Amino acid sequence: MIEVNDIHKSFGDSKILKGISTTFEKGKTNLVIGQSGSGKTVFLKTLLGLFEPDQGSIIYDGTDYSDLTPDEKSDLRSKMGMVFQGSALFDSMTIAENVKFPLRMFTKQGKSEMNDRVDLVLKRVNLDDAHNKLPSEASGGMQKRVAIARAIVNQPRYLFCDEPNSGLDPRTATVIDNLIQEITHEYDITTIINTHDMNSVMEIGQKIIFLKDGIKEWEGSNKNIFKTDNEAVTDFVYSSDLFKRVQKMYLEEDM
Amino acid sequence: MSYLHNIGQYFLMIKEMFRKPTKWSVMRHLIFKDIDDLIINSLGIVAFIAFFVGGVVTIQTALNMTSPLIPKTLVGFATRQSVILEFAPTFISIIMAGKVGSFITSSIGTMRVTEQIDALEVMGINAINYLVFPKFVALMLYPFLISIAMFLGILGGLAASVIGGFVSLDDYIAGIQMDFIPFHMTYAFIKTFVFAFLLATIPSYYGYYMKGGALEVGKASTTSFVWTSVAIILLNYILTQMMLS
Repeated sequence: MIEVNDIHKSFGDSKILKGISTTFEKGKTNLVIGQSGSGKTVFLKTLLGLFEPDQGSIIYDGTDYSDLTPDEKSDLRSKMGMVFQGSALFDSMTIAENVKFPLRMFTKQGKSEMNDRVDLVLKRVNLDDAHNKLPSEASGGMQKRVAIARAIVNQPRYLFCDEPNSGLDPRTATVIDNLIQEITHEYDITTIINTHDMNSVMEIGQKIIFLKDGIKEWEGSNKNIFKTDNEAVTDFVYSSDLFKRVQKMYLEEDM
Repeated sequence: MSYLHNIGQYFLMIKEMFRKPTKWSVMRHLIFKDIDDLIINSLGIVAFIAFFVGGVVTIQTALNMTSPLIPKTLVGFATRQSVILEFAPTFISIIMAGKVGSFITSSIGTMRVTEQIDALEVMGINAINYLVFPKFVALMLYPFLISIAMFLGILGGLAASVIGGFVSLDDYIAGIQMDFIPFHMTYAFIKTFVFAFLLATIPSYYGYYMKGGALEVGKASTTSFVWTSVAIILLNYILTQMMLS
């Protein structure tokens, strides 16, 4: 579980996060949504420890991040898995080497043990025949699955995903969403996903926080986001015709 | 003010390079890869340039010694001194600032743009140690490259003088053996080690701390070449003043 208490972050004169507090529970897919520029990526990078908050605290399973020494922070980070928006695969390594990388860095496993684990994880993300391909030879969807495999190979306690299905076709995006949700339940980890994809919100949004201009504007789940009367949320959610029709459907259901 | 900030950040990066080392089994692999990329892959261009510039130095020297009172052995002597003292350590290092320096800046800069460095940091890896330290170790073999440049520069001079008929083989050989001061080799190799350190760290700094996209990677490579060259030339002057005057 991750508890966020009143975090603020500025870059120069520009205030990006203005006092966000929330809790992300274990075993749930927690979504952070909001328009581009709302502070989602800065929020996620602050949770990851890539940015130090100017004010406030982040507590990982009872441990306050700001109380840790640099080495303890590094240890905590080794328990985090991250799926970047652009996958961030190491382009000089093959897919199998990318997935094996956290094991080589942080475990004392033998070669065969590592290879077995890589095989298992690649199979889990339906990539059992792509071991020797380079990331540049893989499609966008494959790269995302490799990134997920690399993020979970060392059995992390926390999984962070920054717009994991951006740039993917709707079908592949759904596959990625479902994969993340299944992995979250299977490994019982705390998963936080940054997205502005409404399909993800509908499919896997067990807990959703909505950010607007660096402030948490709304908090809830995919069950009640379509019924909220928060103007900022409804503006965001029903900005497309498709979701206007969904809203109509929900209203008809209520009647 | 930004210059001071950059200098401070550069020294902090160097300090960070030696903190929290990467696992040796991984580091070893990175060092061998960087030796291949930075040293072995530079052998061809360094050999080519050294051989022909050595030849040109000899021709220029021979053509400018018109007085019959100047012994012909001086051509070999002047070539040896130019190649060992300046051409091989300094001139080749400036060429390497372009070749190796832009390779380092663009490869690290691309990793920054594509969030690969963020991925390393998220995993709890000291990204500066992981990326810069192997380059620093690999470039400690740079004197090997400069030794080859020295040898081929003098050999190029020999070929030019004999083929062009400027100096006889005997005069050239006698010239390159004349008044040899072993300390000059020490001076040249001390310079080479200092330049190797600059070649590993300045381009890494510009790659690591770059911001922006693909266009900025190109700009960072150019800036890194300019500042690596400036640092090489300044330190060349300071070291020469300290060691030879």
